Amino acid sequence: MDLQTVWFAAVAVLWTGFLLLEGFDFGVAALLPVIGRKEADRHLMLRSIGPLWDGNEVWLITAAGAVFAAFPGWYATWLPALYLPFVLVLFGLIIRAVAFEWRHSHHTAAWDSTWTHVITAGSLIAALGIGAALGATTLGLPIDGDGNRVGGAFAGVGWPALLGAVAVLAYSMVHGAVFLALKTDGPVRVAARRFATRWAPVAALPLLLWAGLVHLRSGTVVTAGLWLVAALAVLVAWTFIRVDREGPAFTAWAVVMLGSAATIFGAAYPVVVPSTVDSAFDVTIADASVSDYTLTVMTWAAAVGLPIVLGYQAWTYWVFRKRLTAEPVEPAGETVSA
Amino acid sequence: MDVLDVARWQFGITTVYHFLMVPLTIGLGILVAVMHTMWVRTDKPEWLRMTRFWGRVYLINFVLGVATGLVQEFQFGLAWSEYSRFVGDVFGSLLALEALLAFFLESTFLGLWIFGWGRIPKKLHLASLWAAVIGSIISAYFIIAANSWMQHPVGVVTNDATGRPEQVDFFAVLTNNTALAAFSHTIAGALMVAGAALVGIGLYHLRKRRLAGRSPEETDHAVWRRSARLGGYVSLIAFVLVAITGDYQAKLMYEQQPLKMSSAEALCTTEAPAPFSIFAFGKLSDNECDDVHSWTVPYLLSYLAHGDFSTAVPGVNELQEEYSAAYGATYPDDPSFGDKAGEPIDYTPVLAVTYWSFRLMIGMGMVSAAVGAYALWSTRRGRVPTSAIGVYGSLLAIGTPFLANAAGWIFTEMGRQPFVVYPNPDVPREEQVYFFTAQAVSPGVSAAEVWTSLIALTLVYGALAVVELWLLTRFVRRGVTTSDGAPTPGHTPEGSPDDDVSGGADVTPGSASTRRSDEDDVLSFAY
Ligand code: HDD
Ligand code: HEM
Ligand code: HEM
Repeated sequence: MDLQTVWFAAVAVLWTGFLLLEGFDFGVAALLPVIGRKEADRHLMLRSIGPLWDGNEVWLITAAGAVFAAFPGWYATWLPALYLPFVLVLFGLIIRAVAFEWRHSHHTAAWDSTWTHVITAGSLIAALGIGAALGATTLGLPIDGDGNRVGGAFAGVGWPALLGAVAVLAYSMVHGAVFLALKTDGPVRVAARRFATRWAPVAALPLLLWAGLVHLRSGTVVTAGLWLVAALAVLVAWTFIRVDREGPAFTAWAVVMLGSAATIFGAAYPVVVPSTVDSAFDVTIADASVSDYTLTVMTWAAAVGLPIVLGYQAWTYWVFRKRLTAEPVEPAGETVSA
Repeated sequence: MDVLDVARWQFGITTVYHFLMVPLTIGLGILVAVMHTMWVRTDKPEWLRMTRFWGRVYLINFVLGVATGLVQEFQFGLAWSEYSRFVGDVFGSLLALEALLAFFLESTFLGLWIFGWGRIPKKLHLASLWAAVIGSIISAYFIIAANSWMQHPVGVVTNDATGRPEQVDFFAVLTNNTALAAFSHTIAGALMVAGAALVGIGLYHLRKRRLAGRSPEETDHAVWRRSARLGGYVSLIAFVLVAITGDYQAKLMYEQQPLKMSSAEALCTTEAPAPFSIFAFGKLSDNECDDVHSWTVPYLLSYLAHGDFSTAVPGVNELQEEYSAAYGATYPDDPSFGDKAGEPIDYTPVLAVTYWSFRLMIGMGMVSAAVGAYALWSTRRGRVPTSAIGVYGSLLAIGTPFLANAAGWIFTEMGRQPFVVYPNPDVPREEQVYFFTAQAVSPGVSAAEVWTSLIALTLVYGALAVVELWLLTRFVRRGVTTSDGAPTPGHTPEGSPDDDVSGGADVTPGSASTRRSDEDDVLSFAY
């Protein structure tokens, strides 16, 4: 395999890792108003992702960094083409990050609920926006032969973007629910399980549709197989969640994303930005990549660095593996200190 | 304004804003790790309280650093896509390595530190803070290596087919002398920021307690006294480091970017020996160097530039000619230069900015160091300063190293105009790699889009600053709680290690309520 292919795979792994990990914290945040009826429940939900969200977000930074590092031509075509949508994503990520920290820096009922809403809103915006960006980069952007967008500020936001947006959000919400069912106890666990049971089959549909479309356009037998794995995993996850086996359900639901993402990236290869104007303008890994020397340097760095990162991240998850329960709630009228 | 100007404003505003949090994160991170280490080693309650109080300040600030850093990461692609294409072979890998080797370390271990109180063994908990702090320092190193490569490109050759630089020596990029100098200067500058915060807040609380008649026997007295004195030492030592590393940077600048040097001094014509200008009069703002007169210290600039008292320092006028001859008097008449195509090139940066930002940096650093000295002097042998001017002055002076840092970057970045990648003079002219800022901006993005993001980001950043300052002020005013809730040595203050509250509900021994509000409990930390 040549290095460009290796790095295409590395970038795919990083984006998939991001969708899997940040997916559940996006999902938990999106579920705050749905499941977190009481302040104590919301507090519990936030605690379940508290130590993890920032580390998860670095997967996004690394994924974007790897695109820049290995395929600057991809980075420089993709981002300006979706300029305003990306700015909106940044806005969502900013308000979400500060809300996590600020929520517990002061305590009145109004303050708590404001920042809870901000966490939800920021996560929704970010999940939708990143889904849109990924949908567009795998299904098509209106770019010309120089890699510049044609057709104005919102020309990049077509149906592929919308499909990607819905797919990522819907997947993440069930992902978050299964995560809560696995990590918490008490009413939150019950409500999360109920949510996942009800929505799992539906929530996977947009993602499977997206993967299916990329496969139909440029897939192979292998991607067909991967797609089937993803589709079957939906049923497996659904079955496990109904019989209260949260661990296997979480794994199976993760396989839904793994299979879909593998289908999408596998079928898109070697194109990184398909042009909706003319397929002659598609940006491929060969057009977009850096020199072999730089790829070699980065391969070494990643070969050493990535296992270490995976090691200590896995270890943190292990340290925080225990189920969380809500604390006793203070008398009515008082907010619970967080 | 065309896209280029708006994009430049946007980059300048967001980067300087990001760099308000960054030095506090780096500097305070190091000091909190030292405090935590002292607590683990001595078990003295004041070190624990210092760790908790300053740790909380560190965290409130850290998150804003993360939030604004995200914008930086994407901005190169969004608004500067031609730049990203051009430098991709070198620049992207440094950003990616920063994320892989530094940001993961920072964020993962900081999460472990915040939520680890009472859950993981004491020494491991301490180690996780150090891991996060080392992550910040590694991150600074990579990003500065990236920035320094733009100031002084090394380790690359031009690929004739694409016209872009291609990396041939990664090690040379990492050991770029410009990067090593800027890195050490920036870390020292970050320590000045942390030192000033410790001094200002420490003195403020010492005085407040004295005026309120509190006993100096209480733990909190030791907390603030230690903070102020630690801050004082750090300010002074860091200033010495900043001066030494800055002096080295000036010598590199004399070789690598002579125009930046002479415009920092408003030095019009070559002089040998060259004087250092202290204060300039005249029309600096017209960029007409010849109209500027200043008070000077003879010989000093020669010393700064080359370490002796006779070296000739080339003037702006001569250098402008030299650069025009080498790189063209006008921009090529090519659409990739946008509105600038065919226009004359001004190789002299905005004199007023380079001149005054350089002086602001040094001047504010001196003020901060003086305040550090005042803190040490006024707290000598157990004394507590009561002078309102001295103490509120120190509180106000917390801002000075922030200003110095911002001024330093504005000087560095604006001083390299009109290049975004500055030609390296050690390389023969025809093999040099360089790139004009005018070429760097994204061609497909409209001015309206960049205006939208500029306005949106500025508003959001403004609102964040208001909330952040409010929270920090409130938190700092309250200080540490005075209940003598010093935890028993050997025990973490949160109760049993398998308590899932993970630091959320710190229980102060002896307190009636087991669920005290965070608001008055500095020992509480997490969500
Ligand atoms: C001298 C140091 C320095 C400099 C020049 C910059 N940064 Fe920074 N950055 C840091 C030092 C730092 C840090 C200390 O590592 C931060 C600050 C607060 C924090 O959370 O980490 C950080 C955070 C931070 C983050 C969030 C990391 C996370 O989620 O943990 C990103 C994506 C960037 N930065 C990117 C950039 C880019 C693209 C810059 C160039 C314009 C830049 N930074 C300048
Ligand atoms: C890797 C790090 C950095 C890179 C790649 C970088 C790159 C750039 C680019 C592309 C521009 C726009 C073009 C221009 O106007 O010159 C710019 C401008 C600017 N940057 Fe940097 N920069 C970096 C770090 C910083 C930092 C840390 C600061 C300070 C906080 C900073 C301050 C500025 C300022 C003030 C401007 C506006 C200057 C002007 O408009 O003339 N930069 N930089
Ligand atoms: C005491 C005398 C000082 C000297 C002689 C000095 C010298 C310099 C020089 C020559 C540069 C430009 C480097 C370049 O463009 O290549 C610079 C940049 C900078 N300075 Fe200073 N400086 C001093 C004090 C300070 C202080 C007190 C601070 C902050 C607390 C500070 C923070 C910075 C920063 C952040 C930069 C930009 C990053 C870099 O290039 O290192 N400096 N300084």
